[in-house]
This record gives sequence, C-alpha cells and structure tokens, in this order.
Amino acid sequence: MMNDTFDIAGAESHIEVHKFRAGSIVLATGFALLVQALIPVYFPKAGMLDLPLLITIYFALSRRNPSTGLLLGTFIGLLQDSLSKVPLGFYGIAKTIIGYIASSIGARLDTEHPAARFALTVLFFGVHQGIAVLIKRLLLAQPEDWFTLHLAIAAGVNAIVAVFLFLLLDHLRKPS
Amino acid sequence: MAAIPSRHKSLVLLAGVVLVQVLFLAVQIKRDSQGRLLRSWTVGAISPFERSGAWGFGRIRDVWRHYFALQNTSHENETLRRENDALKLQLDQLQSKAAEADRLATLLNFRRLNRDVPMLGARVIGASADAGSQTIFVDRGEQDGIRRNMAVITPDGVVGKVSEAFSNSAQVLLVTDKDSGLGAMLADSRIQRPVGGTGEQMLQLKYVTNDDTVNVGERVVTSGMDRIFPKDLPVGMVADVKPGNPFKQIRLRPAANLGRLEEVLVLLTLRPLELQKPAEAVTDAGEKPPSPGPLVPKP
Repeated sequence: MMNDTFDIAGAESHIEVHKFRAGSIVLATGFALLVQALIPVYFPKAGMLDLPLLITIYFALSRRNPSTGLLLGTFIGLLQDSLSKVPLGFYGIAKTIIGYIASSIGARLDTEHPAARFALTVLFFGVHQGIAVLIKRLLLAQPEDWFTLHLAIAAGVNAIVAVFLFLLLDHLRKPS
Repeated sequence: MAAIPSRHKSLVLLAGVVLVQVLFLAVQIKRDSQGRLLRSWTVGAISPFERSGAWGFGRIRDVWRHYFALQNTSHENETLRRENDALKLQLDQLQSKAAEADRLATLLNFRRLNRDVPMLGARVIGASADAGSQTIFVDRGEQDGIRRNMAVITPDGVVGKVSEAFSNSAQVLLVTDKDSGLGAMLADSRIQRPVGGTGEQMLQLKYVTNDDTVNVGERVVTSGMDRIFPKDLPVGMVADVKPGNPFKQIRLRPAANLGRLEEVLVLLTLRPLELQKPAEAVTDAGEKPPSPGPLVPKP
C-alpha cells in the first residue's frame, strides 16, 4: 500500500505512510554503500558507522510495511555483503530482520521525533549486532563478543548520525 | 492448500527470506565459495563510483590539507613568530645586560687598579639638547661629591670634564666639544701638545710643527699638565696627518667610544692624579685589598 495515510488495524491513530520520489531509495542505498566503502579509507574511525543499516531503518520506518521493509533490508544487506568479505547473507539476514521489525514498529508508533529516532536506532543497532553475532557463532562457527565498549560507542554514534541523516532523507519524501 | 492469513504473510515472507539466506550461507560455507557472481555484479556496478568517489575524496583531502589545514599552520606560525619575537627581545635584553656587566666589570677592574684614586661611577642619562655642543648628563651630582672641572673618564680613555654640577646630576663637556681642551702627548715621541675638540666625533692635536714626526695610528695620551686628567690616560689615536702652515693638521679618533657612552667614571678630586698602569697594579693587587667605593652607577 502506498497511500499517504491509512488506518492500521483500526486501533492506532492515523499514521502517515510516506512515499518517496522515484529512484530515491535506490540512489540513497547506493550512495550509502559508496560512502560506507570510501570513508573508512580516509577516516578509519568512521568505520564504526553502518550507513546501510541506517538507510534500512529509515526507509523501513517510513514505509511502515513489513514485507517491503524486509525485502528492502534483504536487498541492502546482500549488497553490503557483496562489498564485504563476509559470506553473502550475513548482513542480508540481519538487515532483513531489522527491516521487518522497523517497518512493524513504524506501523504502530510515530517515529518522526528525533528522540524516538535516536532511541530506535540504538535499539536496532543492538538487535542488528546481536543477529550478526548469532550468525557468526552458529553458522560460521567464529567466536565473537556479544558486547564491547566499542559497540556501545558505535551505537551512540550511529544514533546521533541517524538523527541528522533522517532529517536529510525526509527531503526525499513526496509532499503529502 | 490452506490460505495464509494476510497479517501473517509478512511473517512468512520473513521466514522464507531468512531461510533462503541461511541456506545460501550454508552452501557457501560447504563449497567454500563466496557467491562470486553476485559479488562481481555488485562490485562491477559500484566500482566506477568508488573510483570517482576516491578521486573526489582525494581532491577534497588535498584542498583540506593545502588550504584549510594551512589556516592552522598559519595560526601556529603566528604563535611561533610572536614567541620568536619575545625570545629575540629577551635575548637582546640579556645581551644588553651582559654587555652592561662587561662594562661594569671593566670599570670595576679599572677601579681596583687605581684604588687610591677617588672615583665614582655614573650612568649617562641624557645628551645635549642642541646639536652645536657635545655634552652629556650623568646621574650623579653635588650630593655625590661631584664638582665642576672634575675629570670624566672610562677605562678606554678620557671622556671630558664636568662643566656643571647639579644636586643630583651633572653636565659633562665632552672632549670633542669645540670649547674643550686637555693636555696630551704622543705616546711614542712624548711630544706634549694640547688636544681640542672639533665639534664632531674627532679630536685635533694642536700646534705640532711640520718638523715633528707624527705617524698615523700613533697613540696619544694625557700629559697631566692640565691638572684635570691623570697622566698617561688614553686620549685617542692619530687618524689623519696633513701638513699645514705653520702647524700640521692632526686628527685623532677618541680612545673612548663617545658615541655610545652608558657608564662613566668621575674622578672625585681636583688635585693632579696619576693612574697606575696595569702592570704595576698587578704587582700591588695581592698586597692591598681593593677599597670599596661608590663605583656602580645608580640603578
């Protein structure tokens, strides 16, 4: 459904479903992957950023459709896998799940407020990391820590970047 | 086949997509392959943009490094320049103090060599207000025992005489003034002649006949005949000798650096004095301790 607004299950208040300009999702995804691949070359500390994850969260929250969200997550995750050294599906699985959860939450909550976006990004970053560790431990049989201080800092940094990035991406929306 | 409820469709889709990817992962691990086809497509699609992006980032980085970062360098340069200026000033001050210490040490040494001669160190505090006269002012006056016509010297040579004594300062007429004169003699030939000022930075040895031999570079010392300056004090050096009628025109370069006077010694007596030569003083130095005297100029 690409309507501007619709009533979800008749229980929640009217939550706006946003439509985007043609090609904006693909372009934003491509740009995020490009920057993700380039920036750490010049600024190694920027490697803690996960721009594909932020793009997944944003569009999933905005579209508020779990099927669309999970497929978008799959698409972005697999592209990220393709540009990484991990097996294909590693980030695909993680982002598929994130896309699904984000769009499901987006369908029930107003996620336009920066504070909500910050909190949700921290939450999704944690879930994404948890899934990635699970995949590594169970499927790849590789040891991986569940939690490190670096990950906590990365969650905060990604959430801060997300607040501003989402404001920027809001301009890609079609006017309602 | 039972229909899936619409609200579970997305969940089923999720499970299916995840399952496919898990299987795909398993296949990759089993066959030790890395999904080369998909990777080559993705990399092939994105690499041109990466190259362009890398070029763009490189340009931005270059601009940053060569321009914006230089602003920091410029600021740093400014700070270093200021620090350098401050250090230069400090160095100048230290050099000045070191030079002053050297001069005072020379005065002290001179004072020790002539410990029986009452003398007073004074600091030059001013010069003449008119260009026509060669005078200076020192920071010692009548309260310190200075009187008119007292000799003013430096260890290098004569400076002049006190032309006026005030309560806390004194005016000194330099030997280079046109109205100045002193008894002198050629150090080698011992020919005694008066020396007068020229109004410039040179002196004139007067009344030397054309028959007298005077060589350039010869030293001229005080004769003591003027009863102001002690005998054998350096006056200057012959700089120029010209035949004249009836006397030679002999110009002397003052022994004391009259253009850069900072401290002088005032001989506190109007009686004729005889300064000791350094060799004599060395002999006596071990016998008598130097008497304390008001040598150091006022701070």
